[in-house]
Amino acid sequence: MGIFDYFKSKSAPSSASVAKDRLQIIVAHERSKRHQPDYLPQMQQEIIDVIRKYVNIGNEDVQIQLDNTDDCSILELNVTLPEQN
Amino acid sequence: MSLSGDTTLAKIIVVTSGKGGVGKTTSSAAIGTGIALKGHKTVIIDFDVGLRNLDLIMGCERRVVYDFVNVINKEATLSQALIKDKRTKDLFILPASQTRDKDALTIEGVQGVLEELAKDFEYIICDSPAGIEKGAQMALYFADAAIVVTNPEVSSVRDSDRILGILQSKSKRAEDGKEPIEEHLLLTRYHPGRVALGEMLSVSDVEDILAIPLLGVIPESEAVLKASNQGTPVILDTDSEAGLAYMDAVDRLMGEERPLRFLEVQKKGFIKRLLGG
Ligand SMILES: Nc1ncnc2c1ncn2[C@@H]1O[C@H](COP(=O)(O)OP(=O)(O)OP(=O)(O)O)[C@@H](O)[C@H]1O
Ligand SMILES: [Mg+2]
Repeated sequence: MGIFDYFKSKSAPSSASVAKDRLQIIVAHERSKRHQPDYLPQMQQEIIDVIRKYVNIGNEDVQIQLDNTDDCSILELNVTLPEQN
Repeated sequence: MSLSGDTTLAKIIVVTSGKGGVGKTTSSAAIGTGIALKGHKTVIIDFDVGLRNLDLIMGCERRVVYDFVNVINKEATLSQALIKDKRTKDLFILPASQTRDKDALTIEGVQGVLEELAKDFEYIICDSPAGIEKGAQMALYFADAAIVVTNPEVSSVRDSDRILGILQSKSKRAEDGKEPIEEHLLLTRYHPGRVALGEMLSVSDVEDILAIPLLGVIPESEAVLKASNQGTPVILDTDSEAGLAYMDAVDRLMGEERPLRFLEVQKKGFIKRLLGG
């Protein structure tokens, strides 16, 4: 890295801070999955397959999450449907 | 230790990482030696079945006769397989087997050996193989404490977090619902110059992400390669920053307070950097 890059790097975010941001997101995501039951990925896939019979969606359009509180578990399903036109 | 009901005081420490090549064996050799230097009877076990290397780093490769798997299979006694370190009093090495049979280590077999070692040793250091599968899980299963070796680089940090998940769910302590494994972060191959330039994750970045207590920071150092060439653990090189940083880490592991050092860029590096060196 030469003198010009050195000053330029003041404005653009450094590659280390990009790395940190990406890591924080992926690690949080993987941690939340760690406590999920083993059947969840398959269930998610089957739900997606069912919805796909009726609407054209991609795997990334479905978010599924299991939250455990003290006395109950909540299964949260979020489906982004394509715009109607 | 979390083996059977025995009231032994042996402490089992696994050196683990998920990702390969980050410095587990280097760190096991250095830290095991450092603990023994403090007068605690210590054994370092190579769990890397098929890829024995601790013997080379410790400089005892020509004295290996029997190995860990021989002991498990009762082909040799523990005292036949243990290699007494030539330089450091109170230090022993249990080499890995070169067998290609990855299933050579069994939970019962490992437990038997650890129980026998626990009668005689204060510290048992387990040098884990890379990965998060069976081999790595075997090395951490009976641990009381874990040293998670991490390089300031994305894939290593992510893998460290994965191994933390396994420590918290797949260890004996986790399965028995006992007090969790004590976790320590050891950041190695740290490059203060590159951190200053924003090219490398800093100590605090990695601490923020992994959120476990920091045991030490080992700088990237030529002394490590030199020490491995010679078969001497780098902690014995007291002229090197890496050696001193490992000693600090051992002191902290023993509960002493040591300020972090070698985290600053050396002055001469600055001009070089401006000129694009
Ligand atoms: N602080 C350091 N400075 C420079 N080189 C280092 C440092 N730490 C480790 N290395 C080098 O990194 C390489 C890998 O180290 P080591 O064998 O200890 O890693 P490992 O995690 O045990 O690998 P594996 O996953 O294959 O068992 C070696 O060549 C070693 O010399
Ligand atoms: Mg190794």
